[in-house]
Amino acid sequence: MSIVSAIIALGVLALIFGLVLGFAAVKFRVESDPIVDQIDAILPQTQCGQCGYPGCRPYAEAIANGDEINKCPPGGEATIKELADLMGVEAKPLDSAHGEEAVKTVAVIREDECIGCTKCIQACPVDAILGAAKQMHTVIAHECTGCDLCVEPCPVDCIDMVAERPRPETWQWDLGQIQQRHPEAQAIPVKMVE
Amino acid sequence: MRGNISDIEAGVIWTFPGGIHPPERKQPASDKPLRRIALPQQLVLPLRQHIGQAGDLLVAEGDRVLKGQALTKPGLTNGLPVHAPTSATVIAIEPRATAHPSGLSELSIVLSPDGEERWIEKKPLADFRQHDRAELIATIKAAGIAGLGGAGFPTAQKLAQQKPLDYLIINGVECEPYICADDRLMREHAEEILTGVDILLHITGIEKALIAIEDNKPEAIQAMRDAIAERSQFALRIVPTKYPSGGEKQLIQLLTGRQVPSKGLPMDIGLLMQNVGTAFAVKRAIIDGEPLLERVVTLTGEALQQPGCVWALLGTPIAHLMEQAGFTPDNLPRVIMGGPMMGFTLPALDVPVVKTTNCLLAPTEKELPPTRQELACIRCGACADVCPASLQPQQLQWLAKAKDYDALEQQQLFDCIECGACAYVCPSEIPLVHYYRKAKAEIKNIAREKAKAEIARERFEARQQRLEREKEERLERHRKAAEARQKAKQEAQQSGAEDPVQAALERVKRKKAEAANAEAPATNDKPQKSAAVAAAIARAKAKKAKQQAADAADNEKDES
Repeated sequence: MSIVSAIIALGVLALIFGLVLGFAAVKFRVESDPIVDQIDAILPQTQCGQCGYPGCRPYAEAIANGDEINKCPPGGEATIKELADLMGVEAKPLDSAHGEEAVKTVAVIREDECIGCTKCIQACPVDAILGAAKQMHTVIAHECTGCDLCVEPCPVDCIDMVAERPRPETWQWDLGQIQQRHPEAQAIPVKMVE
Repeated sequence: MRGNISDIEAGVIWTFPGGIHPPERKQPASDKPLRRIALPQQLVLPLRQHIGQAGDLLVAEGDRVLKGQALTKPGLTNGLPVHAPTSATVIAIEPRATAHPSGLSELSIVLSPDGEERWIEKKPLADFRQHDRAELIATIKAAGIAGLGGAGFPTAQKLAQQKPLDYLIINGVECEPYICADDRLMREHAEEILTGVDILLHITGIEKALIAIEDNKPEAIQAMRDAIAERSQFALRIVPTKYPSGGEKQLIQLLTGRQVPSKGLPMDIGLLMQNVGTAFAVKRAIIDGEPLLERVVTLTGEALQQPGCVWALLGTPIAHLMEQAGFTPDNLPRVIMGGPMMGFTLPALDVPVVKTTNCLLAPTEKELPPTRQELACIRCGACADVCPASLQPQQLQWLAKAKDYDALEQQQLFDCIECGACAYVCPSEIPLVHYYRKAKAEIKNIAREKAKAEIARERFEARQQRLEREKEERLERHRKAAEARQKAKQEAQQSGAEDPVQAALERVKRKKAEAANAEAPATNDKPQKSAAVAAAIARAKAKKAKQQAADAADNEKDES
């Protein structure tokens, strides 16, 4: 008898908690950030296609479907590490088949040589090239991701990829670099002798 | 926190954690009166002299400019104009090395002074109480005044904020060793400084200003005390000598016992701080109508024959100042801009004086020996004891070396004021501040990259959408055109009219026949007449067909 009542009591409890949990699962449902968006947020958004996909989002989708995480040269080690953390896999070195991690560049059109063919405009994945047919084109430098995709279609080879120059506000306190140029420079504060 | 007005009024001086007592070494520079130096051959004015954006150029190469004439116009963001410090000719507008530890160049205006000192027309607002707040703030902005104490934050922007404020704090502490620019200014221009403070009080609507001076400047204290006399809107506060009591957050804690919240501003706790030099510049801008053209620069260090404080025009090359002060380089020639704690060694001497240049220190090797090799951290904790922001410098150092930026932010790296007290006491000679600066720059860069990536993503997606839309529109157009053609054909069949193609074929046939007829010799009138009739009919038919074809084409165009 006691067993029966215990089973009934436990059964009723299980039912109540089950209902509560079931209700909570529906009522307080948390819409989690879809994994593709999270991956896309980590990728550097150069849209360069070096991974073999037409842009960062398609690569994010591919990663979500199990593709390798080491195909993004612009992102480099840092991106691979973040992706590894997110996906719960081992970080691997960059797959050199897709390119090497290089310094950041921007495209610059040699404007007097431009013939106005609009081919680079069509190639630019972020619409960072301005111009019209038979008019000179130019790159909006601060919108350029340095993806390189405009160089290939240019029929007169008037696009250069130029390394981004450091400006005082983006300078990285690389004192070693200064010391090479000016050996007398040194870190502050200077120790004072009593 | 804000209920402690009575304590503040009573003149209580609170304390702040940490701090150090380095040798002051204010003499001999602080004993010499302020002097003016010879005009340099060239003045180099970087367009950007302070926090904020550079303005747009108003002059071109070859222009003659008058003293006080604005050379740039600030854009919409927090920029400030720069002015011609003397009448001169613009000889170049080009990138020149700027007063920045990197030694990188920035777009600068190069002036060749003509020595005539011809002023532009001044527009003083001598009776400042008759002018409203907005007008005074606009004048201060147009005068290009940036905070002359440290970071060079645009003064007008600081004043434009509207928040209830209890006190205006005037910072004359100048706690860093060697520097005595504010000290000299207070000794010699106390009355003008107070006029400036009065203007600031009028603009902000604050009732009382606390003027803080460190107790190692008795002459400055005396001068200010005499100038203040019995005026109740000013109160003098003498703070004990300790570095960095002149730091904004530290001085606020000393005078009011309040703490500026992390990532907050003094304004959030009802306070506003301005440097004495800034107050003086405000007086000059409002009462005399003179924009910020010069500032006091301390020239000091044992490598200088004539140390002292000088009025230096903005843009004066450091090399010229060094020459005027009798720079005799030893075997370790260095010129430090700013003090020995927070300054930086100049990579070259061709850089100009900017709005934030308060001191140029040229020490001998013996005076300030170079730092030795960095050794391993021995976890002595001395740095944590002296940190005025109550941070854990050794912890920050480990994290900065490991590039663990998330943890650095958790450890409040951005509360670090880079005062250098930790590095000063470090027995292992670790350049701690350098690691923090590097990490801060890196974190800011990552944030900038992230923001840029976000914009690139938006642009990419917008482009994808546009391509998609264009493709759909093209397909739709083709579909509609095909439909229109179909419809025109059907209509033509229904109305019994001839198919335009058929009509055209017939026309051609007829023309051929006509040509054949024309070739054949005319036999009689009748066939000729019938030929003329036939031609007329054909013409009418052709016209009709043409009309139809045009209609169809119009329809097609309309629909597409």
